[in-house]
Amino acid sequence: MTVQPTSPEPSSEQSGVTPLVEMRNINVAFGGVHAVRDASIELFPGEVIGVVGHNGAGKSTLMRVLSGAHPADSGEIVIGGKPATLRNPRDAKNYAIETIYQTLALADNLDAPGNLFLGRERTTRGGQLDDSSMESETRKVMQRLNPNFTRFRQPAVSLSGGQRQAIAIARAVYFNARILIMDEPTAALGPSETAQVHTLIQQLKSEGIGIFLISHDIHDVFDLSDRISVMYQGRIIQTVRREEVTTDDVLSMIIIGQHPGAAAQPPAAPPA
Amino acid sequence: MTNLADAPPQAVSAQPPQRRSFRDLVIQTEINFRLFGMLVAWAAILLLFHFWSGGTFLRPENMMSLAVQASGIAVISTGMVLVIVSRNIDLSVGSIVGIVAMTYAVLMTDILPNDLGLAGDFPFRWLIALGMGMGLGMAIGALQGFIIAYIGVPAFVVTLGGLLAIRGVVWYFSRGAAVSGLDPQFQLLGGGAQGSIGGTMTWLVAALAALAIIGLLYYNRRQRRRYGFPLRPMWAEGLIGVAAVLFVFGFAWLANNNFWPRGLAEQYARANNIPIPEGGLFIPAGFPYPVVIVIGVMLVMTWIATRRRFGRYVYAYGGNPEAATLAGINTRWTIMKTFMIIGVLCAVAAAIAAARLNGATLDIGVSYELYVIAAAVVGGTSFAGGIGTISGAVLGAFVMQSIAYGLAYVGVNSPGQNVVAGIVLILAVGFDSWNRRRGS
Repeated sequence: MTVQPTSPEPSSEQSGVTPLVEMRNINVAFGGVHAVRDASIELFPGEVIGVVGHNGAGKSTLMRVLSGAHPADSGEIVIGGKPATLRNPRDAKNYAIETIYQTLALADNLDAPGNLFLGRERTTRGGQLDDSSMESETRKVMQRLNPNFTRFRQPAVSLSGGQRQAIAIARAVYFNARILIMDEPTAALGPSETAQVHTLIQQLKSEGIGIFLISHDIHDVFDLSDRISVMYQGRIIQTVRREEVTTDDVLSMIIIGQHPGAAAQPPAAPPA
Repeated sequence: MTNLADAPPQAVSAQPPQRRSFRDLVIQTEINFRLFGMLVAWAAILLLFHFWSGGTFLRPENMMSLAVQASGIAVISTGMVLVIVSRNIDLSVGSIVGIVAMTYAVLMTDILPNDLGLAGDFPFRWLIALGMGMGLGMAIGALQGFIIAYIGVPAFVVTLGGLLAIRGVVWYFSRGAAVSGLDPQFQLLGGGAQGSIGGTMTWLVAALAALAIIGLLYYNRRQRRRYGFPLRPMWAEGLIGVAAVLFVFGFAWLANNNFWPRGLAEQYARANNIPIPEGGLFIPAGFPYPVVIVIGVMLVMTWIATRRRFGRYVYAYGGNPEAATLAGINTRWTIMKTFMIIGVLCAVAAAIAAARLNGATLDIGVSYELYVIAAAVVGGTSFAGGIGTISGAVLGAFVMQSIAYGLAYVGVNSPGQNVVAGIVLILAVGFDSWNRRRGS
């Protein structure tokens, strides 16, 4: 197999810009299984990178390393040009890395403000939870994301899939993320809610936020991404610019682990 | 014992939607519907025994004695709520009560006077003993909590081991003997005629509580108006305020109609040169100290559970452990703290129990774990995690104790009481899960 780790070349127009984050030669193993092998990837301001691959290709694990949810066995992470250590989710949040997990990671028994501010509660001077102020902020951010949302004091378990998703997204954008990881953000959504998420991604992009978008939906990825990283058996086999490939190219990379044309460089013409 | 199941007025909710059902009205008041149902059930139980006993059960002396008996369980159950909410269990509480009670007794009869040279007249000696006992309770909780949270041994196993091992240590500690003779001030913690705060103080405490309730209602309303949130209707605010204030003063009235025993009152009168009126001298006892302790613990624990970050994290962890971790919460330290808190609460309960006995026996606190868990669960704490309230658990402790006390009062023997208590436990939880399934 001619799978080889491609060192992702910075896109030409951004070669002078410092990447928001660089992950270099990341390795993660669970027992004997190498979930991520020698993966390197970088993300620039205002860029969306689609991370695609089969189930078990290592997409979520690689992103969990960046969220601080799982430590890498080796490799380094450079954020804003400086080496960073991400031991736990709190470290990642301190670097303005926010994550929308596929499972949404909501505490079902807490209400929307409780979930939005989980781990970062606002308190009064005496150290008491300032529920009123948190509810007020939640109302404001939800007004922007999902104006139909009114059930601010209901536990998350009683909300619809779209409303739960809205809380998870609100949590990621409220705290001024600079790097956003979205793991299957539209998997549980209907068409209109999916369109809302697309609009939101465009808006965040224009604010200079960098986004990693993990998705099974190849059309989502093509609609939204500037570059696409394909993972296969734990490796990033290639990172390509979207306009240089077709969906068929990417699909075959996902399935057989290599580009249908040459091995290293994307071909000029896609196969018929 | 169908009272528990029948009491909450859900049946009304099946009315046509345009007519506002009773349940809707209750929802508008934003009262916890479950808690409301439990209060009704409790009232029904008390009334049942009142009529069964021919109208003597609800006398003040019975109610105060019942409250004192429930106090130890109620205190620990507030901590058990946090432990169960975060998906753990503590089976060792009875043994911790045992060892801390023995510690109080040995400290005051032996170690403090003989080893540390603090005689019985040393000022606040009882407080030193109390502090050391609470430190011991917290240390045991910290050790168990550390093994559970940081090493990852299941709480059931760790605290089952604690249940056995700590009870054994009690025996070695006292060399197999019961120890008695505590400081007189310490004995007050156990309640009884002199272990009460007196009539005037009781009215004062009730007045303060009433002011606090009104102040809190006002503060919440002002806060919600400030942010422009929907307010609950004025009649609901008034209803809640009036009901709560009435409850507080009713309880104070009950406590102040519990009088000192005649002999004690006459002794007191002679010592203070008070003339004894015709028909006897009636000195109101007021709230017993254990009841004051329960109220204090309930307020502090409710504050911790609902107003502090730590409490929020306990509930978040119970609702979704992974979400709590991904939110950056230090979940291990949170779990360890829940066990430290329940350790301290065991020491408080041990003080009440030892003070009542004026000493410690080898089996003090035996099977507390069962009553404490029952109180928490009857009070609405769910083993699935994330659900449960402090006030519910305290109410649960009082409901269970009311049943036991009431059955004893009408002459049912102890095995019979256990049969009923067990059935009530299952019925209450069964009804609760049925109601929850239906609600969702």
